[in-house]
Amino acid sequence: MSSFDLIVAGAGIIGAACAQSAAEAGLRVAVVEPGAIGGGATAAGMGHLVALDDVPAEFALARHSLRLWQAWAHQPEAEFQRCGTLWVADDEAGLELLRSKAARLSAAGMIAELLDTAALRDAEPALSHDVAGGLRVPTEAVVYPPRIAHAMLTRVTALGGALHHGRRVVSLDADGACLDDGTHLSGPVLVACGCDTPALLPELLMRPRRGHLVITDRYPGWLRHQVVETGYAASAHGDAAEAVACNVQPRPGGQLLVGSSREFGRAESAISPALLARMLRRCFRFMPGLARLKALRAWTGFRPTTPDGLPYIGALPSRHDVWVAAGHEGLGVTTALGTAQLFVDLFLGRAPRLDPAPYAPLRSVA
Amino acid sequence: MAEGCEVLVIGAGPAGLAAAATAAANGARVALLDAQPRAGGQVWRHDIAHGASRRARRALRRIAPVKRHFGMRVVAADPGARTLLAEDSLHAREFGWDRLVLAAGARELFLPFPGWTLPGVTGAGGLQALVKQGWPVAGRRVVVAGSGPLLLAAAASLRAHGARVLAIVEQAARDDVHAFARKLWHWPDKLAQAARLRMALAGVPIRYGAVVRRASGDSHLQTIDIDCDGRVETFECEYLAIGFGLVPDTGLARMLGCGLNDATHPAIRVDALQRTTVDGIHAAGECCGIGGMQTASIEGAIAGHAAAGNEAGARALLPSRDRARRFADALAHTFAPGPCVRMLADDTTIVCRCEDVTWGELRSFDDARAAKLATRCGMGPCQGRICGAALAELLGWSWHGHPRQPLFPARLSTLAFDSLATFP
Repeated sequence: MSSFDLIVAGAGIIGAACAQSAAEAGLRVAVVEPGAIGGGATAAGMGHLVALDDVPAEFALARHSLRLWQAWAHQPEAEFQRCGTLWVADDEAGLELLRSKAARLSAAGMIAELLDTAALRDAEPALSHDVAGGLRVPTEAVVYPPRIAHAMLTRVTALGGALHHGRRVVSLDADGACLDDGTHLSGPVLVACGCDTPALLPELLMRPRRGHLVITDRYPGWLRHQVVETGYAASAHGDAAEAVACNVQPRPGGQLLVGSSREFGRAESAISPALLARMLRRCFRFMPGLARLKALRAWTGFRPTTPDGLPYIGALPSRHDVWVAAGHEGLGVTTALGTAQLFVDLFLGRAPRLDPAPYAPLRSVA
Repeated sequence: MAEGCEVLVIGAGPAGLAAAATAAANGARVALLDAQPRAGGQVWRHDIAHGASRRARRALRRIAPVKRHFGMRVVAADPGARTLLAEDSLHAREFGWDRLVLAAGARELFLPFPGWTLPGVTGAGGLQALVKQGWPVAGRRVVVAGSGPLLLAAAASLRAHGARVLAIVEQAARDDVHAFARKLWHWPDKLAQAARLRMALAGVPIRYGAVVRRASGDSHLQTIDIDCDGRVETFECEYLAIGFGLVPDTGLARMLGCGLNDATHPAIRVDALQRTTVDGIHAAGECCGIGGMQTASIEGAIAGHAAAGNEAGARALLPSRDRARRFADALAHTFAPGPCVRMLADDTTIVCRCEDVTWGELRSFDDARAAKLATRCGMGPCQGRICGAALAELLGWSWHGHPRQPLFPARLSTLAFDSLATFP
């Protein structure tokens, strides 16, 4: 039996979430994944559930997704920890950004507390005394994405879905997808291959944007919130060839995940020692004590980045029954659940809970 | 700015000491790095009670002209720039080279069994190293177990420091070990060494074809059960020193892009002159395959000659190297872990002790990466150095992709090329 209601190419967090939502909606789903489940950007990233608010469509998708993530808050495989996000600034321009961010988040119904220097010291003793102000978003959280992708796929197979693990979709045709072992699967196809999406859908523009992360040994209590400098959003949404921003996360086991960097035009996974050093120095500026902590390993990953920074979610009008959910840059974990819900709504012809227009794949089809 | 030298040697055990001394004797400007505060490596680790062996003292005298950087651990490599990043207790430093000799040695192979994570259970070489550094074992009851001649050497050291060695538990069969012993006359110095060890261990019972089934105790080791031909024997002891031989340390070599062989525990691939697959990089000793101290010394000298451009000097040593390697191969064949030691763990036995991942959680996965992502196995401070070797032995998993820096836990300041002194 090789006919399905939906064939999902890619078992990263996006493909896995879409497959789960589709299977739960009663569809017969097949998932095709050549590598490890959740082994791409899903494993390389931080797993920070955060609402970036400066692009309205991204904010809407993130906010909606954060509500859906509540369902995972008590699932052990999510390793969900509500540490909150602490945005910090060490100059006047940054403080101004904090105030406008606080206003936007509050207007959207999220809790956002501005902290003065005294409250900041109290909330996060590791911060430098040069940090002038902070904004705490207490409801945000961190999760462990590869295990979640694994759990989602387990759910899909429990609902009768088929997992073609170790196989790759090599081409699409009028009736479905061809795998690298010659198997043909019939049915509508959802391409959720992150950075590899253009291999199947060359009409969609996507650039891999490399990032570096470092994880430390365990220092329980050293940091309480995920601490992000206000410049992070500019780094994420900007188009600079190379950018760094302080972004440090406490893992539930006491380890710290230290980022972040963004680079275009680098295809190799080897670490750039110079950029790693620049990224770490940026973090030391906000948390000088970090310099003394022990790093266990550093790695790179690639964010699937579209020209306007927004994901592609929906049907490709130029093709017959081919769909896409990809290009979430660094926010794919946060927005996976909203993406999945939006995709399934569109796929089944239900009224979508979000305006799908900003994510329409057509917008950048040449 | 990287400090340069003509020949840079990593590791100051027998192979590295020989490489550094030989390259220097050929007139090269040589620097020698080791993570330990003193030279000697594991086998010649300085013994605070008994000093260094004559052989070790001789090797140490020969490195007089070499620039030494001890207590300096290599944490990252940039093969393109030909630099290594290292740190000591305070500083980060970069080292450059024209020729590099890797003499990184080996680590002990641990295989999980119920109770192996209890305090009091240590590596055989690990406890030997501890007592040489002054860890008190006088009057303590110790069982030494696992496989290979390292057990005898460890037991002899423990006894010399006053421990009561109750038994040596060797997994290899008695007939195989005796057949090997009968071949020792091919290597007269090994025969003499074996005789010395036998004398030092007079009265210590050796159980062959025997394995430790279980270690038990409330908060510290109290008893062990050994299985000898189906008969269970219990020992009360404070320490169990256990090791199943050594595995080559190839982390730095892999980071530099050097090719490995396809053994279960891969070693660095080298040619007759100890050249790796990367131009300008040589390797010698245990990291090229477990061969013992004598093999390591000869290979170090070959690499030292070759790195300094004296090919004739290197070639003159090839016959003695081949002879030493033959001994090592016979040894490895005799003491290779048998099937019984692969079935010791039960589903609740911890395999990855950094992340507390059990055998039951791991054995259903197909490969190391999938298991790692789902369970975090190998993601802790040891970065799979211990569980990775165990899982290579037990399940044939490969953990030998491109290693990610740092090779060992390193200060974040070091990865930023800053010394700790820079920070308040």
